[in-house]
Amino acid sequence: MKSKILASAVATLFVVAVAAPASAEIVITQKAKKFDKKKISIKKGEAVKFVNSDSISHNTHSRSSGGKFDLGVSKPGTAVSKVFDKSGKFKVRCTIHPKMKLTVKVN
Amino acid sequence: MGAYNKISKFAISMVVAVSGFATVASTAAIGAEKKSREEWKKEYVRPSEIPFPKENPYTAAKADLGRTLFFDPRLSGANYISCGTCHNPSFAWGDGLAKGIGHAMTRLGRRTPTILNLAWGEYLMWDGRFETLEQQALGPMAAAVEMNQNMKAIVAELQSIPEYRTLFNVSFPGKGITVDNIAKAIATFERTVVRGVAPFDRWIAGDEHAISTSAKRGFDLFNNKANCVACHSGWNFTDSSFHDIGMPDKDIGRGKVVPGVVVMQHAFKVPTLRNAVERAPYMHDGSLKNLYSVVEHYDNGFVTRPSKSEEIYKLNLTAPEKTDLVEFMKTLSSKDAPVALPRLPAYDQTVAGSLNVSPAAGPSTGSSAMRA
Repeated sequence: MKSKILASAVATLFVVAVAAPASAEIVITQKAKKFDKKKISIKKGEAVKFVNSDSISHNTHSRSSGGKFDLGVSKPGTAVSKVFDKSGKFKVRCTIHPKMKLTVKVN
Repeated sequence: MGAYNKISKFAISMVVAVSGFATVASTAAIGAEKKSREEWKKEYVRPSEIPFPKENPYTAAKADLGRTLFFDPRLSGANYISCGTCHNPSFAWGDGLAKGIGHAMTRLGRRTPTILNLAWGEYLMWDGRFETLEQQALGPMAAAVEMNQNMKAIVAELQSIPEYRTLFNVSFPGKGITVDNIAKAIATFERTVVRGVAPFDRWIAGDEHAISTSAKRGFDLFNNKANCVACHSGWNFTDSSFHDIGMPDKDIGRGKVVPGVVVMQHAFKVPTLRNAVERAPYMHDGSLKNLYSVVEHYDNGFVTRPSKSEEIYKLNLTAPEKTDLVEFMKTLSSKDAPVALPRLPAYDQTVAGSLNVSPAAGPSTGSSAMRA
């Protein structure tokens, strides 16, 4: 009985472990007018969630060729997400606070 | 050229000489933060060196060439407006006018911004339409209402001046005179335009007698009740951000560059406050005569509309508090040595030729452009 439970638990863990990357969402925090990371590497099709933990609004956009997007303005305490479905290197910035810079490398 | 070397060396050695440098983490600009005066002072330490991009690294020869180009009126279509005509070092690299004047005395739409400390800038011009200083350097040259230069003709024009051929070959071996290299040289020079140590910097460095008691109270107000630090943060007194501060004119500023973002309508670049005393009048439209007027605007003089920055609100400052803020801003002015003008390269004296100069009686072609 114990071994069945153990096997079942291992199987569940395995499923979770395998399923995790498909639904993985990388979280980037906007705080003190900075992204909490300068560079990240992700796989094509993965999403990045931008969480505004600041006391002011932020914008999230990219002007990089082949990957332009603008997620609009995020109020404090809100979040926006972007699925990166093309390979390449994309510079993400805030149009209000242009010193905020993040490079997303999509493999 | 020698004169420029002095400026370049001065700019760099000046900042290197300031001890205790730490990269200024711009955590200061969240207005609600409560810190002591001493904690706030740590946010204002000057950097120790000027940043240059790896795509356009500093060389003394390139900066020297850029300085020569900056002050050469032959970079304009009619050969009478240089970059330095509007960015006059005697006005802390502005022009002292409410709105700039361009080709054929065309009144421009916005005040001439200073080029001071632009090495630390991001998304340049009042509306942020240029991402780099190299792009910005060419903008006014090509704008019909500003310098009205034909960018195809400028390369040939400079090629016809022997000393420029030499200077470009030294700065850009094997590449010589190109539009890109003109931009790189001017941008390199502009990055060296850094004002010297002001009384405020001496106070930050530990000299308690460098500024008045009123100015110190102004510093406290700046970082707290007046919330100026929300945008004018760090040693350069700007976070390079864009905001609608409620100026009542119709210019939508950055709204033209990013039309889909509500808060960017009527938004303009937050300028440095360094040497602000010498750069009146103020705001993108030059409508405010002095710093006291600026304080009055932020206190209660702004218009309210959907795009107004959330960091602009009624301050309820008292008259003495307004005076303290102005006294504080006065301490941001350095008294640097006058900037020497370069000797400009002479025309070729060995062959016959004529100049192809666009007429000064009105802009020729091209799109209109708002001032920086």
